Amino acid sequence: MRRIINYAPGNGTRIVLGALPFVVVLLVYLAGSNARLAIDPADKLMPAFASFYASITRLATTVDIATKQYLLWWDTALSLWRLVQGLGISALLGLVLGILIGFIPHLRAMFEPFMAAFSLIPPLAVLPILFILFGLGELSKIVLIVFGIAPFIIRDVMLRVASIPREQIIKAQTLGASTWQMITGVVLPQVLPRLIDSVRLSLGAAWLYVIAAEAITAEGGLGYRIFLVRRYLAMDVILPYVAWITLLAFLMDWGLRRLNAACFPWDRIREG
Amino acid sequence: MTTIVLDDVWKEYDDRIVLERVNLTLDDHEFLVIIGPSGVGKTTLLRMLLSQERPTRGRILIDGEPIAPEPTHDRGVVFQRYSVFPHLTVLGNVMRGPQWLASPILGRLFGAKRRALEEQAMTLLTRVGLAEHASKYPQQLSGGMQQRLALAQALIMKPKVLLLDEPFGALDPGTRASMHTLVRELWEENEMTIVMVTHDLSEAFLLGTRVIAVDRPRTDPQAPERFGATISSDFEAKSRIVRQSRRFEAERQNARLQLISAH
Repeated sequence: MRRIINYAPGNGTRIVLGALPFVVVLLVYLAGSNARLAIDPADKLMPAFASFYASITRLATTVDIATKQYLLWWDTALSLWRLVQGLGISALLGLVLGILIGFIPHLRAMFEPFMAAFSLIPPLAVLPILFILFGLGELSKIVLIVFGIAPFIIRDVMLRVASIPREQIIKAQTLGASTWQMITGVVLPQVLPRLIDSVRLSLGAAWLYVIAAEAITAEGGLGYRIFLVRRYLAMDVILPYVAWITLLAFLMDWGLRRLNAACFPWDRIREG
Repeated sequence: MTTIVLDDVWKEYDDRIVLERVNLTLDDHEFLVIIGPSGVGKTTLLRMLLSQERPTRGRILIDGEPIAPEPTHDRGVVFQRYSVFPHLTVLGNVMRGPQWLASPILGRLFGAKRRALEEQAMTLLTRVGLAEHASKYPQQLSGGMQQRLALAQALIMKPKVLLLDEPFGALDPGTRASMHTLVRELWEENEMTIVMVTHDLSEAFLLGTRVIAVDRPRTDPQAPERFGATISSDFEAKSRIVRQSRRFEAERQNARLQLISAH
């Protein structure tokens, strides 16, 4: 008997093992749903896959009377636009502030403790303040996302800047680089891949804030829809929406990873 | 012509004295090697020549002028590690310095100037034996190749002084021997001053024209931090007059051979 950590799965086993939890969850749901529907055909808690399909085709292909929109696509567009704006502004803030604070000693001494304290404020606790200050519209939702993830990205970029070996910075100076040239020519290119990684890590938090903001006030959006239909116990809408959000988040993560690999090939090469 | 003068230089960190009473006059085109036990302040001495650190007392003069307060492009450097930029290709690394000097905002050259620089960089890469790896990234090179790249990157700036901080410390013996030859030849060709820190005695006397040992002449067991290290011995490893007469002989021999072949 070898130790258990020394058994590595083969390629085929790996795929089967990876798929297994998904299959088990689906089967358990199917079994539960069938059992409940056998007792009460009008059961709302665990609808059959047929009713998921019916609800989603209705939401995706028929125009809603109240809003004059195809609800699924309209919700998706609204939520994604909020998310992308929030993430974009946060990434930009993170890049600019993170590099400046991380690279210039005086700015670092001034803002590092402040950033550390600021990033500990729970964003959802200040949501009422944001609603009071910015109203109930789009602005307060985007500010919430920025408030939630920008401090994390700024600190992550700062750490990356600080971890660039001192030797490289000295070397750049012996090659005649000014501060501006070191920022654009040494720091920025080495920080960009890490920025994309930290945006990837903040995707989950960003979705959390989008949905939280939409749950409280919105006229459309994926989170808004889920919380709206909750009143009617409409699990046939909620569960597909959750799956759809998960798929969107996964695709964004995958896309960013591919972008990183395509733009920064040097970052993937490790010293052998 | 480059001369370096250290005039009664001290380096202290708070209460701890690292270097004391360092006096040194270095002529043009010398290969100075600094040896000494680890932690004695060899690297601190080199860092002061680089302006990465400043002496707490005394002054350093280069060509009679006080040394610049920050690293400048007239002093090149190769560290033991991390001397090259991981996000640039080999060619990009060598072309980086001149582009920074020529273009303050963009840090890039275009057109004919770029092609001229590319040619110059390729000549230098050929010289250090990296021409066929020009489009690779530094992480794809071996340790010795990375150090050769770092040398080329520093040399393209034509520095007055080249500072080497244990540049061969992480290399295997075979690679180290070929690097010794290369550095020796580059020093001859570029007629510059080299200051190198090492703890390898044979390396020091193989390469250096002048070898100084840094050590603590006095110690106080109750307060070891109160006495710093200084230059404890100074060897003229290869005397200047011998070098000059050798070079003269070589030139004479060459001229004679040319005369003979002309007839």
